Amino acid sequence: MEPLVVGDDILDIGSRKAVDRYCGNKAQLGLSQDLLMGRPGAFDVPNVKDPALYCSSHFRSTCGTGDAGQEIKFAKGTTTLAFKFNGGIIVSVDSRATQGNYISSQTVKKVIEMNPYLLGTMAGGAADCSYWERRLNLQCRMYELRNGRRITVAAASKLLAGTMASYRGYGLSMGTMITGWDETGPQLYYVDDDGTRLKGKMFSVGSGSTFAYGVLDNYYREDLTLEEAIDLGKRAIYHATYRDAASGGINNLYHVTKDGWVKIHAIDVNDMHYEFEEEKRNEMSS
Amino acid sequence: MDTVIGVQYKDGVIIAADQANARSILIYQSNLDKIKQLTSHSAMGVSGPNCDLVQFTEYISKNLQLYELRHEGTKLSTKAQANFCRNELAVALRKGPYQVSALLGGFDLTTQKPSLYYLDYMGTLQKVPFGAQGYAQYFTLSTMDREYRENLDETAALDIIGKAIHELQSRFLIKQNNFIIKVIDQDGVRVHSQGADPADT
Repeated sequence: MEPLVVGDDILDIGSRKAVDRYCGNKAQLGLSQDLLMGRPGAFDVPNVKDPALYCSSHFRSTCGTGDAGQEIKFAKGTTTLAFKFNGGIIVSVDSRATQGNYISSQTVKKVIEMNPYLLGTMAGGAADCSYWERRLNLQCRMYELRNGRRITVAAASKLLAGTMASYRGYGLSMGTMITGWDETGPQLYYVDDDGTRLKGKMFSVGSGSTFAYGVLDNYYREDLTLEEAIDLGKRAIYHATYRDAASGGINNLYHVTKDGWVKIHAIDVNDMHYEFEEEKRNEMSS
Repeated sequence: MDTVIGVQYKDGVIIAADQANARSILIYQSNLDKIKQLTSHSAMGVSGPNCDLVQFTEYISKNLQLYELRHEGTKLSTKAQANFCRNELAVALRKGPYQVSALLGGFDLTTQKPSLYYLDYMGTLQKVPFGAQGYAQYFTLSTMDREYRENLDETAALDIIGKAIHELQSRFLIKQNNFIIKVIDQDGVRVHSQGADPADT
């Protein structure tokens, strides 16, 4: 079964390139049909009978120790969150990457700064997230150059969701939030490796997401001030890293405003732990 | 886990669907609108993964729109729309299946008759007076069998939907607080009630 691919051709509508892409390239290149697995412009896939099954069983990034039998274990384990409030959007993430039981890094940049007004977060397979979001960035830039205006967050997330949909069954692992401020205001979309695309006010993704939701759901209000919102984003990540072994490191927090995103802080969650402990002690004694 | 229920009455069709999107133990969102409008006088309540729901309904509705544009505004009958959907599901089945199960309801302005169709991810198509998709089938079909008559009016049909939802909320393990109910009649598709506002995002 030939992989169904939604390539960049969706942006080529009206150009001659789109027609040439599918006509006779294989013959012209003089290579046999077997060697060119994907269509030109699409990905090469493993030269096996069922590439989808092969990819999803050998390269899948799964929760916990589900990938214990694989030769290559992909970096995963995360808590990321984002929520909309009256002052914009707060995006708060941790920075730990785990491969099986090993903490491979404590300094992963899980917020992908796609361009000055669009942010994407990373959860699931680190490689998948960073690659596909960088590719999305390319598509956004092409849109901007072709149309003379910035792409909307809705369109950007739709492009990514469409790409994910066409690679369904191939074992991609990506749970991301695409957020930005466009002419319709602040927007937050959740996009998944199986093509789910949801528009919402608050999302948390990753192995520590349930813990983050616990804090977020109970303290979230739309009319939070900026300081309160930053504090909420910070605490939710802290609580998730406290309970989830696969989350930790540094909390990177961003604020999305009308004029683009701003990085607010990068605080080690261990330092936060002692700060909050002391806070509780002071509260109890007063 | 999705619930879609539909009842046809004398002058239209009512479709109700739950509003939650969940994965494993987490509810991602609880104000979704799973009843997608296809044309001015038809809508499809869909159960299945969000990706397939969106991709399939947008593909169908845009193609139906294209048909109208190409054929001087001729609107396809609900039967034609349902058969088109079925064909697309059947063709995709052995390539990359759309894992959607749907209830398509529509009102034909030419014949002034409503109709409801049951569509399955395997390419099943059946015209039905009432129906349900998902686990809801087990809980609601008996109520609808008991209550349904020919030539119901809108109030009676809404009552049947209400009874079906009530049964689900009493006996179904998965709590589904929010339901969106849409009515398709001579005036088109309108929202009758919703548990949570899909636009509140």
